[in-house]
Amino acid sequence: MTLGYLVRRLLAVILVLFVVTFAVFAITMILPGNAAVMILGEYGTDEAVAALESRLGLNRPWYIQYLDWIGGILQGDLGQSLRLSLPVADVVGDAFWNSASLAVTALVSVTVIAIPLGVLAAIKRGTVADLIIGMFSYIGASMPEFVTATLLLIFLAGPALGLFPAGGFVSLGESVGGFSSHVVLPAATLGLILTAHISRQVRSEMSEVLSSDYIRAARLKGLRERRVIRRHALPNSLAPAVAVISLDIGYLLGGIIVVEEIFAWPGLGRLLIYALENRDLPVIQAITLVLATVYALSNLLSDIVIAILDPRVRYA
Amino acid sequence: MPKAFRAAAGMTGLGLLLLVMGAAIFGPFLAPYDPQTFHPADRLQGPSAAHWLGTDQFGRDLLSRLLNGAPSTVFFGLGATLLGVGAGSIIGVIAGTAGGWIDSVIMRILDGLLAVPELLFTLLIVTFLGGGMGQAMLAVAIAFTPGMARIARSSVLSIRTREYVLAAVARGERSHYIVLREVLPNAVGPIIVEATIRVAFAIMIGATLGFLGLGAQPPSTEWGLMVAEARQFMFRNAWTVAVPGVAIAMAAMGFNLFGDALRDSLDPRRSR
Repeated sequence: MTLGYLVRRLLAVILVLFVVTFAVFAITMILPGNAAVMILGEYGTDEAVAALESRLGLNRPWYIQYLDWIGGILQGDLGQSLRLSLPVADVVGDAFWNSASLAVTALVSVTVIAIPLGVLAAIKRGTVADLIIGMFSYIGASMPEFVTATLLLIFLAGPALGLFPAGGFVSLGESVGGFSSHVVLPAATLGLILTAHISRQVRSEMSEVLSSDYIRAARLKGLRERRVIRRHALPNSLAPAVAVISLDIGYLLGGIIVVEEIFAWPGLGRLLIYALENRDLPVIQAITLVLATVYALSNLLSDIVIAILDPRVRYA
Repeated sequence: MPKAFRAAAGMTGLGLLLLVMGAAIFGPFLAPYDPQTFHPADRLQGPSAAHWLGTDQFGRDLLSRLLNGAPSTVFFGLGATLLGVGAGSIIGVIAGTAGGWIDSVIMRILDGLLAVPELLFTLLIVTFLGGGMGQAMLAVAIAFTPGMARIARSSVLSIRTREYVLAAVARGERSHYIVLREVLPNAVGPIIVEATIRVAFAIMIGATLGFLGLGAQPPSTEWGLMVAEARQFMFRNAWTVAVPGVAIAMAAMGFNLFGDALRDSLDPRRSR
């Protein structure tokens, strides 16, 4: 991989994030709910609202607020939460790690399950196994997170079985067992739709590779089928799989919003819903920026991994 | 999937699609009971001859509520997708045919918007517009626009250099003739396929917004809202949440299966 390629991609990410800051700011600036009114409640007088607005700097022109915000971010200052009276960086930081523990658990389980499923479906093309995996992937791809979550809750957290807690959070630092039992249902909810999507993509990539000339050549050489799959087919279908997974991180980041809300998981998604309900602009802006950054960086990382896996990309 | 599976999957998709569209168009007229009248004596029942899908916490017939909520759930998905596809196609076709700096600027803006997860984007816009059915539909449409614009653009780009377009240019046709009569009709295939699959996604997002209280508002019987209202009682009667939940999945699955079948029939290479 050339250094030029990396630098170009990195610059593209920075440009993307700049557009994101502008878009987020534009959306939140035209929010109709007045933050000062919402903080003071229905008994806030006009004078009190005006005073609070000027204290929070909400009465300045939008471009001054924007430049102020961007300037703060560049210095690592995300501002003050309007509702919680805490630095945004602290609030969002804690939530970030809680979300990360959930998202990573879901993503790792999905990868471990979805890739072998897709490969299996491709190898066993046209058999009952392929049909079952295909049906599963369509069902998975058609269930919104809140439906999956609700059904999982009924079956696994209900009075009948009661295998897992219906919600809540224990951090990894407190107790590994507590974390594990709380993470199963939210991670499974996030995982279902992703597993469905990724296994389907892997299957179609793998099928394409399996019908290519170099696989036929490898078979004609007399290589055993297992070796053909492992040494020739699998490595060549991995790069597209990585690309699919990195795109699906976008779904994952949207999915945690709903899943955290349902399972009372104190992460970015639950915080976002709270912030939206209370028009807590600095928190909304920070969370959107964090999620977009994670998404952009994961796409960058996947480009690098693909370049390592696939020499054609590297030397292009 | 081999041909037989694919054909079966496509037919299943078509069947689900007809069922769901039928429910959306005729549902409210077919409902056996009034969806809002309370029957406290019959609350939280399982399926029976009188109530095929059981009753909810107020004794309301679930089948009737489902049929009444079908239009708001299904037409939401269709409407949001149509708006998003329309806006996205216009932007994409402009970018693809204009080229140069116009294309670059549009693409950089789209890249930025695409970096925000769609559900998050939708939530931001809904909050700005205020909750409600129309607002939610507009929000989903806006969130879909960047992705659709990208697909329309790449579709146009791949067609712009085809011989029949070059021939039209050589004939000295005006540019709006070339765009409308030569490029657009040939770019429509991939856009329709993507749009069909997006309807599934729009139905899911719409139901999610209803569930979160940001979309359809009571006393609507939109399916996401039905799940939200019945959640408290889900351990006492699973039917109250399972019925609307499964209905959402069936609607989304119909569009998913049908969209994939459509893609296969338009692109023979993929049907291997």
